[in-house]
Amino acid sequence: MVEVNLWSSLRRFADGQDKVDVPGKTVGELLDNLVAAYPGLAPVIKAGVSISVDGEILPAVKSAPVKPDSEVFLLQRMKGG
Amino acid sequence: MALDGKTSEYKQIGSTPDRPDGLDKVTGRARYGADIHVPGMLHGAVVRSPHAHAKIIKIDATKALALKGVKAVVTRADFPEGLEGEDWNLQENCMAGEKALYDGHAVAAVAATSALIARDAAKLVDVTYEVLPHVTDVDAAMQDGAPIIREGAADYSVPEGMHPNVVRYFDTGRGDLDKGFADADLVVERSYTTEAAHQGYIEPHACMGQMGADGRGEMWVCTQGHWFIRRMSTAVLGIETTNIRVTPSEIGGGFGGKTTITFEPLSLALSRAAGGKPVKMVMSRAEVLRSTGPTASASMDIKMGMTKDGKITAAHGTFRMQGGAFPGAPVDVTTMLAFANYNIEHVHHIGYDVLTNRPKQAAYRAPGAPMAAFAVESTIDEMCRELGLDPINTRLKNAARDGTRSTFGPKFGPIGLVESLEAARDHPNMQAPLGPNQGRGIASGYWMNWGGETSASVAMSEDGTVTVSVGTPDIGGSRASMALMAAEAFGIKYEDVRVNISDTGALGVNEPTHGSRATYASGLATIKAAEECIGKMCQRAADKWGIDVDAVTWEDGAAKPSGPNAGDHDPLTIGEICAEMGETGGPISGHYEGSPTGFSGSFGTHVVDVEVDPETGHTTVLRYLVVQDAGKAIHPAYVEGQFQGGAAQGIGWALNEEYIYGEDGRLQNPIFLDYRIPVASDLPMIDTVIVEVPNPGHPYGVRGVGETGITPPLPALANAIRSATGLRLTGLPMTPPKILAALKAHGDNG
Repeated sequence: MVEVNLWSSLRRFADGQDKVDVPGKTVGELLDNLVAAYPGLAPVIKAGVSISVDGEILPAVKSAPVKPDSEVFLLQRMKGG
Repeated sequence: MALDGKTSEYKQIGSTPDRPDGLDKVTGRARYGADIHVPGMLHGAVVRSPHAHAKIIKIDATKALALKGVKAVVTRADFPEGLEGEDWNLQENCMAGEKALYDGHAVAAVAATSALIARDAAKLVDVTYEVLPHVTDVDAAMQDGAPIIREGAADYSVPEGMHPNVVRYFDTGRGDLDKGFADADLVVERSYTTEAAHQGYIEPHACMGQMGADGRGEMWVCTQGHWFIRRMSTAVLGIETTNIRVTPSEIGGGFGGKTTITFEPLSLALSRAAGGKPVKMVMSRAEVLRSTGPTASASMDIKMGMTKDGKITAAHGTFRMQGGAFPGAPVDVTTMLAFANYNIEHVHHIGYDVLTNRPKQAAYRAPGAPMAAFAVESTIDEMCRELGLDPINTRLKNAARDGTRSTFGPKFGPIGLVESLEAARDHPNMQAPLGPNQGRGIASGYWMNWGGETSASVAMSEDGTVTVSVGTPDIGGSRASMALMAAEAFGIKYEDVRVNISDTGALGVNEPTHGSRATYASGLATIKAAEECIGKMCQRAADKWGIDVDAVTWEDGAAKPSGPNAGDHDPLTIGEICAEMGETGGPISGHYEGSPTGFSGSFGTHVVDVEVDPETGHTTVLRYLVVQDAGKAIHPAYVEGQFQGGAAQGIGWALNEEYIYGEDGRLQNPIFLDYRIPVASDLPMIDTVIVEVPNPGHPYGVRGVGETGITPPLPALANAIRSATGLRLTGLPMTPPKILAALKAHGDNG
């Protein structure tokens, strides 16, 4: 299981938790399992998010590996000018 | 790939050769968006709403179509139905459907044999409107009773009970705010506003589109990202992406505003309606200001706590932003970055994305960050003044550094905020004496940068010179940077590398030149593609020498035998290998594709001295210093140019630039005479210091530098004016009338 940190307003889609444990060895698996466990997060994921794994912000690299002790944050989708 | 390129003794990196496109651009040979001319070309013009909010009752194009030379008129009826989400937003913004949502919103378009006829015909399109109540202010748009721009536009994030104009809601943070504020010796609360500012690129939007009866076509367009233009345009028109090939022109500035579509699909729609003839469209300046996205305006409340020795104990920010009649104000980024400069245990952000009757906002250099910086860095300045603390030392005390948990969650890696503050502190500008009515302001800023989808190729020529093909349009000198990195990787001269910006038919998908990513991502791709070529050339040499490729090294543009074979053969130069490549296995090229993620962010600190005229309220910028972390400056002159450009735009946003709407909801200042961007005579030479804390996510340590520079100027100017006048201005822009009124109210202008 990997601990995924959610931003505050997502708590209402995750039973009030700001950290949830989901299985997954890649970013893609984590996202799929997040939606499976907490369907309310589906529109969030669909709208686009970034994920930080051990301090590195990954835009949408679903194949990126994740370890059980990785520090994972769900972040707003990035954009720039 | 931690700094797997050379980290010292660079031969090319860090030099400042002339840009390869320089001669074209100073002689007029470079072709920009409006420079395209093709046989049989028509010209397009757009009919725009004069109302801020109105129901479209009827569009009658009979008179326009009867005008000699008019070949086509298109309205929303010529676009497909059923789009959803951002595709629908883009379509609705390109061509209004049931309602015109802002002054300048397109309602029809005309194609004719000349630009003059097209403009005359546009005036003959008869549109019947039912004018509706409008709202252009973000706070007013959230109030009960405010006109509803579009029912049902809110997404999943908006809690029940909010006004329908609130379409996205953000809530992020950590820690215990009550505890944090209880630990403070001083708690300050302030409210701030910023107005919408346009990117102000000199080149107006321009394009040429052609689409035949077979549904295939092409576009020539001034853009930061032609793959984005292709995807968005084809989505709006309901056609497959590969049916349109998009070639980017040279670009006279974008700053984020040319990462999206505004009228480009209209050229294709008009071409299709006109039997496949190409249609050229060029915006006037007024069209640019009325209908293309400025950045959002903001209304913000900040509360911060600090101990008497300068430690920030807690921070809370509420950020309300309007981005026009569509979702997309960059408040999502604001709620991540507002306090990111600092190590704060208890921090919270609330954000509202609000619809108004204004044009659809577009990205603008560090979108969402400068407004928050204005509010947060102004508040910190107030706290330092009240507690008698030095503004740089206080920032140093709280500065994020390697290992700090960011206010948005993850820990930072190696970053350069401390180094930028120290370099600013030690700069001679800090010792310059200040006279009457003069003041100094200091502020720091951050942008987190971006990697993004990237595809690049490198091809060897028969004489050993190199062609690099990238997909990121060259806005600020990136051809030179790519050439320097390729030359460094190959060990050849800068002049032996040519860099092309490829069209959508020549490479895989590339994100635009945005997010401060071009030098980082396309540069990394160029280096990786060059390394693939080098590997192949080493193989050719190994085959010729009859040794294993592992026993061949590449040095100074030549393959050399190494290890036990060292000295057995003369080196084979890049020219010698390439001269024979036809007989040794065929062409040699390298390629890279990926979404590099090691982009890391860039911090900066600005110091500005101003003089405020107490009789006029005019602010003169006396000195300006930009210190920023570039990781490794590939072409230092162009890095400095980015620093200076960001500062200049920030100065304009701080002192003069604003969208002014009348009571009728129409934009009052849609030309550069009235929308005042800084000109050369407004600014001193902007001093720069390049800090280099290498980014471990790039072979040469590069960090993007394009956006951070616009973040600190807004608060730095406000802090300087506070220092000069004793007045804390909390609303931008700080125009002479506004300063004069504040001085009069304070009784300080005699």
